[in-house]
Amino acid sequence: MTTGEIKRIIIIGAGQAGGETAQRLRQGGFAGDITLIGEEPAAPYQRPPLSKAYLKGELPMERLLLRPPSVYAEEHVTFVSPVKAVWIDRASRKVRVEGGRELPYDALVLATGARPRKLPLVGADLEGVHLFRTAADADAVRPSLVAGKKLIVIGAGYIGLEVAAVARQLGLEVTIVETAVRPLARVTSPEVAGFFLDEHTRQGVRFVLGGQPALIKGKDRVTGVALADGGDLPADIVIAGIGVTPETTLAQHCGLSVDNGVVTDAACRTSDPNIFAIGDCAARPMAHYDNRVCRLESVHNAVEGAKIVAAIITGAKPHAVEAPWFWSDQYDLKLQIAGLFQGYDHVVFRGVMADRSFAAFYYKGDRLIAVDAVNRPGEYLGAKMLIQTGRTIAQDVIADESKPMKELVAAAR
Amino acid sequence: MPKITYIEHNGKEHVVEAPNGQTVMEAAVKHAVPGIDADCGGACACATCHVYVDPEWLAKTGEAGSMEQSMLDFANDVEDNSRLSCQIKVSDALDGLVVRLPKSQH
Repeated sequence: MTTGEIKRIIIIGAGQAGGETAQRLRQGGFAGDITLIGEEPAAPYQRPPLSKAYLKGELPMERLLLRPPSVYAEEHVTFVSPVKAVWIDRASRKVRVEGGRELPYDALVLATGARPRKLPLVGADLEGVHLFRTAADADAVRPSLVAGKKLIVIGAGYIGLEVAAVARQLGLEVTIVETAVRPLARVTSPEVAGFFLDEHTRQGVRFVLGGQPALIKGKDRVTGVALADGGDLPADIVIAGIGVTPETTLAQHCGLSVDNGVVTDAACRTSDPNIFAIGDCAARPMAHYDNRVCRLESVHNAVEGAKIVAAIITGAKPHAVEAPWFWSDQYDLKLQIAGLFQGYDHVVFRGVMADRSFAAFYYKGDRLIAVDAVNRPGEYLGAKMLIQTGRTIAQDVIADESKPMKELVAAAR
Repeated sequence: MPKITYIEHNGKEHVVEAPNGQTVMEAAVKHAVPGIDADCGGACACATCHVYVDPEWLAKTGEAGSMEQSMLDFANDVEDNSRLSCQIKVSDALDGLVVRLPKSQH
């Protein structure tokens, strides 16, 4: 099907990827039918603040919404929620939703996101044990975040650390249990992980690293976590942040290619040319990383998928892909990340950790592949531009703080 | 409610009512003003909500903070009156504010 023949678009998933797709299709002049199907009741909203300002109570839900809910009707986007899509019939190009209604499409966009992993433990369903993904999850946690209460966070990834930071600022006693020997093991270097470990420790967070939770204790409500080594930690509340599983059930059932996410080409097309997949649920080749197929869980990736698909369907100039970027706010630290650090062989620092303002640049050979910048926005944006344009700066040069980052980037080849 | 005027690079004007406490970026995004991308939603992480503040309003919007300034160093076509609109909070004092948008945010 050529893009000119697309009259009916269904988007399954009304998170940031799905919501941005609807908006960008209309902005790009697509005049056909758009149906946006969401499992959560709310209109598309931003998830990152859930574990940051929203959890702290500093940002109301209204400000998380990508756009006011009335916009969807005004722009003739049929937003249906809370509704679950249960089947895709690729031969007749129809989506069946709960209740049996069938909706026809010319092009389908899967933006189904990911679901948080449940603790594989006895007691995981006790009251007071929480997963953390949606606004409803954050709302369920918030009343329990009372000064003096004991919180155990299981998993020291970004979500776990961000929630821990908020809870400490609200005066809870916080313990983080992590099976790996360091926090952020999957997402950053040992050096940067060490910095965040020290920072949280200084803020009063206790860590149990290499800890294996064996059982969530409690009768009706959680009272603690038992560890495999016999350790026993009391808790009023437990929050699990142990990663997510891409939501690929629909794609699998209709026979699309799935391998840690719905597999797509660089244009976000799945193995069925009438179906696109974007955001957390999809894996696509990364232009700046030798077309390595990656599944990224980030705002950047969600927005980028929306831009790519909207440009294709509206026949606009293809979207120029950006280097991946991420961020995390913990206490007064703003961590900004550009690029993908996996496979680095050297890390070079600009600034020192003790100043709580530094950047870690990751190199593979001579090539700059990623940066973790803590309270260093210039280093972050500069490195992002370099990665995007395939340029680099010699390791000894980038470490020299006597030269402003801007100058270094301008001179980079 | 304070009114803010956004002028696209092509000269097209958008007048938006912006609630106090929201940012100049949020008001634009929620009313789909083209030319402000604001991919990060206001976390000061992307530098895609760059605007030029009309010179007569500069005193009232104040100056860019150090974090914002470092981001602006790497934005395109930066001028003395450049700001990231996610860092300007709407208040009654900004009723009538005029900002112009750059050619591109990327």
